[in-house]
Amino acid sequence: MKLFRMFGRNIRDAFKSVGRNFSLSIASISCISITLIVVGLSLLISYNVNNFTETIKKDVTIVVFLSQDTTEEELGTIKDEIEKFDNIASIVVKTKEEAKKEMMLESEIFEATMNTWPEEDNPLRDSYLIKVDDIEKINETVELIKKIEKVEVVDYGEGMVEQLIDAFKLVQRITLVIVIILIVVTIFLIVNTIKLTIFSRKREISIMRLVGASNLSIKIPFVIEGMLIGTLGSIIPIVVTIYGYVAFYDKFNGQVFSPLFKLVAPEPFIYIVSAIVLVIGIIVGMFGSGRAVRKYLKV
Amino acid sequence: MDFIDIKHVNKVYKNGVTAIYDLSLKIKKGDFVFVIGGSGSGKSTLIKMLYREERPTSGEIFLGGLNVAKLRNSKVYKLRRKLGIVFQDYRLLPKLTVYENVAFALEVIGAKKDEIKAKTLKAIDLVGLKAKTRNYPTELSGGEQQRVAIARAIVNNPRLLICDEPTGNLDPDMSKDIVKVLDTINKEMGTTIVMATHDREIVNDMKKHVIALKDGRLVKDFEKGTYDNEVV
Repeated sequence: MKLFRMFGRNIRDAFKSVGRNFSLSIASISCISITLIVVGLSLLISYNVNNFTETIKKDVTIVVFLSQDTTEEELGTIKDEIEKFDNIASIVVKTKEEAKKEMMLESEIFEATMNTWPEEDNPLRDSYLIKVDDIEKINETVELIKKIEKVEVVDYGEGMVEQLIDAFKLVQRITLVIVIILIVVTIFLIVNTIKLTIFSRKREISIMRLVGASNLSIKIPFVIEGMLIGTLGSIIPIVVTIYGYVAFYDKFNGQVFSPLFKLVAPEPFIYIVSAIVLVIGIIVGMFGSGRAVRKYLKV
Repeated sequence: MDFIDIKHVNKVYKNGVTAIYDLSLKIKKGDFVFVIGGSGSGKSTLIKMLYREERPTSGEIFLGGLNVAKLRNSKVYKLRRKLGIVFQDYRLLPKLTVYENVAFALEVIGAKKDEIKAKTLKAIDLVGLKAKTRNYPTELSGGEQQRVAIARAIVNNPRLLICDEPTGNLDPDMSKDIVKVLDTINKEMGTTIVMATHDREIVNDMKKHVIALKDGRLVKDFEKGTYDNEVV
């Protein structure tokens, strides 16, 4: 009962004191807003960059050509063998007949030439189209496949793929570092702003101690106030995230420069980012006030 | 029974200054005690040690059976709830009304709403500020502000009221009023009062228990003392 009463009072007091210390609250709230906007933007960007790299990675295909004399039965057994390897995401069989049909559809010249080929004398080869789980281990997988009997050519764009992987790794690392730095800077800024606002209320805290408030009961109202300030501070960043991203997405029709760089669809993406921004705001607000008050709780 | 029992207390501050030398004294329940002494006599240190703002370097201080000297920081609030403290500079919250300032002491310890109302109004009435319940501290005179501080200190029915130069900022007439209020509290509620002061007139008028300190040592301990008797 007493706990509920205290909690109700704390919430009421948190609202009251945000109002009473209006200018300081505005200072904290705008500081949180600005930094959270930056955090929100960097989240949007880093997630999109991640998305680009993932799509491109998924596109990398190993093409395996088998020797001319492979029988249909062998086609099946080799497929099973390859499927047993660790890193295989999918394997599609493309028989020489299918390859022929496909090529004939591609151009009239091919069609004219290939039509003259007798059914049983197809110079094309059976092949597999393989996608891997982990593109970084593609080399090892290729080496394994090469060792299989009847495998003649394995092609996966060597060199190109390695370069791409390195580039992606670099981009991902850079965006990750930027996001982390931003979050740390945000926390630092917010904690300091809240410290300033609490410094001006040192007297209030000392009087609370004097009349016998326990450290916890002094801390809780400030922590709740911090949560409130964090929540208020994340309103503008969330609005910016939601409307800004949707506008950006619509303007570029969901892709940047080329269809290869597809933007992440706004829903539910923007809501997830908004939730993250809100949670960061609340936690940082709580944490900031809690730490700032602690300084004044020692006798 | 002795309510306050101080045994061989020494206090050395971190900067090396010794404020109290081997102090031992006893104060009875319901007593009204003046602690007198000039600047640097150690009376403020003694008062601060009573409400555990400072810790003695050695020795023991028992307050109603509780060893205050050994109290941990995180448990200090338990002591403070049994005490009322009044300062020279009132220490009121300027953005709260008289009523809210007094009620504050009960709110932070989680009292019930109707209990807060009854006790707060009673305390304000006792110090004679009924007409100013809704005023803010800045609208009051120094003496009235100090009465608000006293009301806040006694609202919780403490067994001990500690006053650190409560009349230090007030003119002689107002000072007398304040001491009268304290005397009433002492008589009506049976609250033990320890008051640090250097107001000669008040001490001489009241003829109460007087403890005199000089350079951190206890020089006199009189049951019905005056300021003039002392070597201050």
